[in-house]
Amino acid sequence: MATASTEIKVTAEIAAEHGLTGEEYARVQKILGRDANITELGIFSVMWSEHCSYKSSKVHLKRLPTRGKVVVQGPGENAGVVDIGDGLVAAFKIESHNHPSFVEPFQGANTGVGGILRDIFTMGARPIAILDSLRFGPITADGFVAPKSYPAAADTATNATAIAANRRILDGVIRGVANYGNCFGVPTVGGEVCFEPCYSQNPLVNALALGIARKEDIFLAKAKGVGNPVIYVGAKTGRDGIHGASLLASAEFTEESQQKRPNVQVGDPFVEKLLLEACLEAMQTGAIVAIQDMGAAGLTCSTTEMASRGGTGIEIDLAKVPQRETGMTPYEIMLSESQERMLLVAQRGRESEVLDVFKKWGLDAVVVGEVKDGGLMRVKDRGRVVAEIPAHPLAEEGPVYQRPLGAPVRRAETAADWFAFGAAGAELTEHFVKLLSAPAIASKRWITEQYDTMVRTNTLAAPGASDAAVVRIKESEKNGVMRALALSTDGNGRWCYLNPRVGAMHAVAEAARNVACSGARPIAATNCLNFGSPEKPEVMWQFSEAIDGLTEACEALGTPITGGNVSFYNETLGSSIYPTPVIGVLGILDDAAKVVKIAVRAAGDVILLLDGGSRQKHSAQEFSSSEYCKTIAGMVGGEPPAMDLGAEKRLIDCMIALAGERAVQSAHDVSDGGLAVTLAESCFAAKNLGVEVTLGSDETGTPAEYALFGERGARAVVSVGPEKVAAVLAITRQCGVAARAIGHVTQNADLRIQYEGSTVVDSAVETLRDVWAHSLERTLRVQ
Amino acid sequence: MKFGVVVFPGSNCDHDAFHAVANVLRQPVEFLWHQSEGLAGCDALILPGGFAHGDYLRTGAIARFSPVMKSVAKFAEAGGPVLGICNGFQILLEAGLLPGAVMRNSGLRYICRYVHIRVEQTETPFTNAAHAGQILKIPIAHNDGCYTLDEEGLAELERNRQILFRYTTADGKNDAAGNPNGSLHNIAGVCNRQRNVAGLMPHPERAVESALDSADGLVILNSMVGALAGAAKA
Repeated sequence: MATASTEIKVTAEIAAEHGLTGEEYARVQKILGRDANITELGIFSVMWSEHCSYKSSKVHLKRLPTRGKVVVQGPGENAGVVDIGDGLVAAFKIESHNHPSFVEPFQGANTGVGGILRDIFTMGARPIAILDSLRFGPITADGFVAPKSYPAAADTATNATAIAANRRILDGVIRGVANYGNCFGVPTVGGEVCFEPCYSQNPLVNALALGIARKEDIFLAKAKGVGNPVIYVGAKTGRDGIHGASLLASAEFTEESQQKRPNVQVGDPFVEKLLLEACLEAMQTGAIVAIQDMGAAGLTCSTTEMASRGGTGIEIDLAKVPQRETGMTPYEIMLSESQERMLLVAQRGRESEVLDVFKKWGLDAVVVGEVKDGGLMRVKDRGRVVAEIPAHPLAEEGPVYQRPLGAPVRRAETAADWFAFGAAGAELTEHFVKLLSAPAIASKRWITEQYDTMVRTNTLAAPGASDAAVVRIKESEKNGVMRALALSTDGNGRWCYLNPRVGAMHAVAEAARNVACSGARPIAATNCLNFGSPEKPEVMWQFSEAIDGLTEACEALGTPITGGNVSFYNETLGSSIYPTPVIGVLGILDDAAKVVKIAVRAAGDVILLLDGGSRQKHSAQEFSSSEYCKTIAGMVGGEPPAMDLGAEKRLIDCMIALAGERAVQSAHDVSDGGLAVTLAESCFAAKNLGVEVTLGSDETGTPAEYALFGERGARAVVSVGPEKVAAVLAITRQCGVAARAIGHVTQNADLRIQYEGSTVVDSAVETLRDVWAHSLERTLRVQ
Repeated sequence: MKFGVVVFPGSNCDHDAFHAVANVLRQPVEFLWHQSEGLAGCDALILPGGFAHGDYLRTGAIARFSPVMKSVAKFAEAGGPVLGICNGFQILLEAGLLPGAVMRNSGLRYICRYVHIRVEQTETPFTNAAHAGQILKIPIAHNDGCYTLDEEGLAELERNRQILFRYTTADGKNDAAGNPNGSLHNIAGVCNRQRNVAGLMPHPERAVESALDSADGLVILNSMVGALAGAAKA
């Protein structure tokens, strides 16, 4: 869109170009009591964009459980805050930056991380960890496998083009994520990387940040105190990112999407590092009343939301805003999404204390306005009023839609659509090797080594070491004991496509299970809901179903949702991505020394398979949605594994109890790729150790594939010193979890699995490790 | 004896160095802001890792002009021990307090992982607690760690026994397999001729507690404490 001066007369057509419908513009006129000028129209259009206003999701989000004993701050602020004991709180949130990461992968991912970090330190919390949940299109020719009902991938030539593009996007995103966290000085400790055809032209980049603060130091974004100065701090405002939230994040992609590159913001982690230190130092002066970062919708959103939450008005003068370019119009300044900027309200008369801190850090800090009564957001430019809008209606009285829901009409599947078997021993080993090399299963070391995973010297479990990322809290040290926080993000889009409600439950259950396997007690969650266009009834049905699934699972597992975001319009050329709710679960470990990792530790240790469930046998229908089925059989269908939340809860409680008693040497849940992959990963993480296990058909049913690669939840593998087996069994019994000794850790460094009396896998751990560890870099042909 | 940790805008391992000295070595320590010229009476200085000035222009290229660097140079000239870690090493190279330069890693990517380094010299304030040839497991985390130097300079370095650490494999071979970033002759850390200024790309301050996988970095930091105690007695 051409940038405009304030003189342009606003018409319904211009409003439509801004993404506002006729009804929405009529509402604008009603609130103003007149026509909007172009700057005001710009302001309304970003504030009422799907991205900022949640107009399609609001009615559903209300159903999520958001309250709990530990919740200090639920959704609605910059980040959720939970009590972690001893006067400390944790602030955490996950957010998407999907569209920008497709258009410009490095900067899109870079500013995605920057944005979520700012949300955390805006609350007064120092960021201590980052996790990234990433989804890309296939990077190998055999990755284009989707359910029959999903709009099929085209021919191999098109796929080859897509593969090249997907690899380029992956590389840019990884570099972007790495660059920001590394330079800013916060460890990137976890996350996931998944591949599905639906993300080919619509990668998902969801970044989660965690911070900690003393409870009394938490800051909120409420402009209070008429006459208090409003201060702009940080980077100068430029023309980057204008309409990032409205035109980029709130519309689907078409063939012209590459032209949206100017809508992408540009990141500068160095400036953000200065901003972090300066903000935390300035907060210590006691002269700051409120603070809000300028992320989506920049100056517009920060002024409006601070005034609206504070029940006040705000007046700013754009001439005072530090600018990187000359000749910027009020429209451009208000809508710029230049990064690394903050708006704060200080106590009148104490401005200089605040300004001095920013000066020390070499940052711009300028009084640009003040808090007013009357509830108006008034924007002046060299004395002339260029926008005047009631703040509360602008922030809170935007359109809210109860969009139509429609379950997709799909042909009913029959047994013929499901996986049929017959692999023998040697073939199973071959399949197993192929599975270990599949991008979804293979080691992500090549990626995670590009992240600084250790800075701040708190990382107890770096990526892959434990089921969850674990960081200790030095500030909690008492008599030599420190607490630690564990975090895991999860979300299986394929399962959510097949059944959004059950798939969403799995996302919560797996994240919580991972946290528990590390020894921590899950206490709260954050969600990033990635979906297609809300204007499609099928997508809204998926969304509504997913919300119901999340609600049920979060309630059952005791993890209220404290924040997050919704990303709609993940569509390219008319086809929606799989519905992909990504859940981050936070857990607390009372004694950091009790962290549990996945590596087996000593030959002779007994391997137990724990199952919180009713030991229902796998079915062909469920198995058809597994990673094995996708990778080996080249098909996806059926249903996600049946969900038993009671079983998940029992297993979670059991894992926490086992860790608390230091009863286990290692723990690893059964998830993508099934039990065989779980066992292999526990060997790969160890040194010169193998395992030998014997499986039967009584738990999983026949054939052997179910036992080896079935992904039914509520299960974990633990290794236990022989002298502790009795103690472990006492705990599992008490928790109502079935435990069966399936084998032991061996010195000979072979991975050997027997099923119903015959050997189905027998391979040197080193051989398997080589395939698993180097698959990704070999695929991408990099050093 | 007091340690000083210099803080540049963009330093991000300053708190880690501080923690290692204060809570693990249990020695007095203070932050020194880059704008200040005074060194607050510190007996040893650490230039920590990070991205001083965003690594803009070139790593360490802007930081070397900070006012504090004049005092650091004077302190070094007077024989005071100065240790540069990662970005701190890069700054000391730019400031001319140590010989050589670092370039972009040979793989052209940032690398963060544990590596092994071999102690080549033990007669320095930074390695006196090690035994010759000791292998230390210490992490690296950098974009620009490929150490380089001209032939003549290298010969001089060898002659004066200024190469303190080389990258090796876990079993001590300093071959290509043990070299994470393409550094010349696997050089991971060097000192000046007077042996009181040293720098290395690996992060000893990240390896001081076994809960974080390795405590091998203590060898280097304890050497400094030992040297200072020795100097105080003498």
